[in-house]
Amino acid sequence: MKNLESLMAAYLFVWAIFFVYQLTVGRRVARLQAEIERLKETLGQGSR
Amino acid sequence: MSARTHSVPTFGVAALVALAGYSALFLAPTERTMGLIQRIFYFHVPSAWTGFVAFFIVCVASVAYLLKRAPKWDWLAVSAAEVGVAYFTAVLVTGPIWAKPVWGIWWTWDARLTSTFVLWLLYVSYLLLRTLVSDSERRAMVSAVFGIFAFLDVPLVYLSIWFWRTQHPQPVIGGGGLDPRMWPVFLVCWAALLGVMVLLLRQRYLLEALRHQVQEMAMEAQMGDQSESFENKQVVRAKGAQ
Repeated sequence: MKNLESLMAAYLFVWAIFFVYQLTVGRRVARLQAEIERLKETLGQGSR
Repeated sequence: MSARTHSVPTFGVAALVALAGYSALFLAPTERTMGLIQRIFYFHVPSAWTGFVAFFIVCVASVAYLLKRAPKWDWLAVSAAEVGVAYFTAVLVTGPIWAKPVWGIWWTWDARLTSTFVLWLLYVSYLLLRTLVSDSERRAMVSAVFGIFAFLDVPLVYLSIWFWRTQHPQPVIGGGGLDPRMWPVFLVCWAALLGVMVLLLRQRYLLEALRHQVQEMAMEAQMGDQSESFENKQVVRAKGAQ
């Protein structure tokens, strides 16, 4: 089983890159959705 | 989009990813000279091909933006550029992990490796360039031109093996060929990475659309504040005149 560690490291790196990227995009989306809710409240108050 | 329709493709891609991992590790035949380490190929090469697809989307969306001037094309271009950079980061990480036991070195500045690194740098620059231009229309315009220009490096990366002497193995198509038993595993892995790309691209595009919505709402809120303070001033003036 020569180079098994290297192979595992490569596979882990590949999926870690996509997982971390997905996580950062998801967090940015959640932050923007919260901002939209806040702005909706502000605009709702303004129109009253 | 409902949570149900959203989760169906996600589960489909997750199943494909699991199948790809299993096939690459257990079903693919072990290569005679390189042994186990050759299995990196099943994620290294499909990552590069998927990255090329992402950069092709950047190019097409950039052309479409220049022709139509619709912001959605700019959103698609930036989303695909970011996803493509993620894929080429995977290529640039897995390549040296394969090279060390096979070549005895992590990296060499030969034509294929250097042009791939330049490609990655070009799209990182594309993303950095966007942060430097504050006006959205101007940013979209400059990015579209840069996105088309950056794509010129893609054929150069692929053809570098024929143009210059390089240590990199021959390409799968038009090069050294592939054992027929390796093809199905390779295609499953590529399908899995393409599926992941579609999911990432969809999520990243949503982010851009939300960003645009926030900008518009913030502007609306600001205009509301301004008109409110104008009305208050008018009331104060009217009271003063009485």
